[in-house]
Amino acid sequence: MLNRITRPLVAAAAVLTAGAALAIDITGAGATFPYPVLSQWSTDYSASTGVKVNYQSIGSGGGIAQIKAATVDFGASDKPLPPDELAQSGLAQFPIVMGGVVPVINIEGVAPGKLRLTGPVLADIFLGKIQKWNDPAIAGLNPDLKVGDAAISVVHRSDGSGTTFNFANYLSKVSEEWKSKVGEGTSIQWPVGVGGKGNEGVAAYVKQIKNSIGYVELAYALQNKMSYTAMKNRAGSFVEPSPESFAAAAASADWASSKDFFLVITDAPGAASWPIAASSFVLMYKQPKDPVHTKTALDFFKWALEKGQPQARSLDYVPLPDPLVKQIEAYWASTIK
Amino acid sequence: MTVASTAPTTDSAESLPTRDRSAAETRQDNLFRWVLFGAATLVLVVLGAAALSMLWGGRLAFQTFGWHFIVSDEWDPVGHHFGAFVPIYGTLASSAIAMVIAVPVSFGIALFLTEIAPGWLQAPIAAAIELLAGIPSIIYGMWGLFSFVPFMADHVLPWINDHFGPLPWIGVLFRGPPLGIGMLTAGIVLGIMVIPFISSVMRDVFRTVPAALKESAYALGSTTWEVVWKVVLPYTRSAVVGGIFLGLGRALGETMAVTFVLGNAHQLSASLLAPGNSIAATIANEFTEADSDIYLSSLIALGFLLFVVTLIVLAIARLMLSNLARREGR
Repeated sequence: MLNRITRPLVAAAAVLTAGAALAIDITGAGATFPYPVLSQWSTDYSASTGVKVNYQSIGSGGGIAQIKAATVDFGASDKPLPPDELAQSGLAQFPIVMGGVVPVINIEGVAPGKLRLTGPVLADIFLGKIQKWNDPAIAGLNPDLKVGDAAISVVHRSDGSGTTFNFANYLSKVSEEWKSKVGEGTSIQWPVGVGGKGNEGVAAYVKQIKNSIGYVELAYALQNKMSYTAMKNRAGSFVEPSPESFAAAAASADWASSKDFFLVITDAPGAASWPIAASSFVLMYKQPKDPVHTKTALDFFKWALEKGQPQARSLDYVPLPDPLVKQIEAYWASTIK
Repeated sequence: MTVASTAPTTDSAESLPTRDRSAAETRQDNLFRWVLFGAATLVLVVLGAAALSMLWGGRLAFQTFGWHFIVSDEWDPVGHHFGAFVPIYGTLASSAIAMVIAVPVSFGIALFLTEIAPGWLQAPIAAAIELLAGIPSIIYGMWGLFSFVPFMADHVLPWINDHFGPLPWIGVLFRGPPLGIGMLTAGIVLGIMVIPFISSVMRDVFRTVPAALKESAYALGSTTWEVVWKVVLPYTRSAVVGGIFLGLGRALGETMAVTFVLGNAHQLSASLLAPGNSIAATIANEFTEADSDIYLSSLIALGFLLFVVTLIVLAIARLMLSNLARREGR
């Protein structure tokens, strides 16, 4: 009698727990930059495996805070953490996807890629030292381009952002004055200009303010059909922003000798490299409290890095180059238990 | 604020004979009184808790920078130097512009609706005002950015530059590159946003003016202008000021619409055409990526300062009201 009641109950319980084990939900939080591709990957991955990835794009700072408080399975940040800070919290770090920051301009009659700038000149514009578009420093780089004596209006991000971090990091690398006066960070004290909220805010301001210059992620420049500049890279050649030049920067960056992938790939070497390329990082515990969740999350990232390139490309991201993916998988095997 | 005097006092209820009341009814009544008391105290508790928790969250900033936090115009997240002067100034200046625009227009709307408009026109205009009040602020922000900013940049600001820029003294307020984004644009958008709040309060209080008063004035040969200025306004003065400050309170704390058109630049500029920043916009923009304790604390301290600024403004309003009342010998 007792058996007749308990047996179905046990069976039901077994089915329930098995179901729960199958449908693990991973949660992550952090940077807004990788949100579109993470959510696309999550949709496709759950269609084939049933594993859902809930990602909250609360910002890099929030992502770092949440993973340190262990409320999420992974955090995401546009700004890599230095190895000693990672070691303190027992965190591992690896890049997940790449993109790039593009200076965009609104000067009548200047087509995309026709205006050439160098890093130091770009820094001087954003420092407010170069105030006119016909400044000798700009004219010297563009002998064939006719630009009037209009005043330059600088547009920057008003919200804290990984885009700003990578842009300011690049300017710090190429301009001593920028480094000492302004520095780098997700928010910085801008010497001049107006601030737009988000990539879309900067894009809208640049489109509306004549003779302005701003910086956005490539996807926003392309979608809004904005005019971007060509930049001189470390190797001395002028390159235009494109998935190819971003990939070249990602490939030429010296990942092999970086500890915990602590590397900002701005000002990368290589003749074809875009100088303001950027990568987004994921943070996870080396010795997780919940190994099952971490294992599931790593399976998801493995799938994303190996099979998720088409989704990344269609959203104007740059997938990681193969050697880097191999290096990341070796890193997982050696550090995350 | 005018309702309090008309509420019945509890003394009279207690002095009633309790003989014909059952104990259960008395208990019920007591319970009811406590519930009401609780509801009223809840407001005070929430307000106090919000202020205290912001003060607590911002203590690091206040300790580190002291008075410097309020008077310094530096806002450097990299070097960790924070001063709130630019956002405080921006909040006050944009709200002041909003009031300069919203108060006269609201007067016009409310007076037109109560004194002049024919009956068939009153309902549609009143409904339109209420609809305007229901539009989310993000929509005002988008409209401001995509429609109003280009209009200001191409047509209004160059004209202001040419005509007001050369003036002595006040000219400095109206000089600068016509970006379209800045304090003046933000103030105008804010003004449009608070018009529905102020005008609907004004309309409601203008309606309370006894018809006998107005009719007497008209019978003595007053013009509409005289009736409005000498009868309607004096009768409703305190409620009108209350309505204005309701709108001002909203303008001070408005976030989304302002951040789209203000320019969000931590730079102090005398010109109203230049970009600036406001307290609420700074918090909304920078909170998510505030990556150090002192940065986060400074943003929370900004929130506390907005609280204080609003409190001071409301206190001034109260003071003005009581001065008015005293002068009238009430």
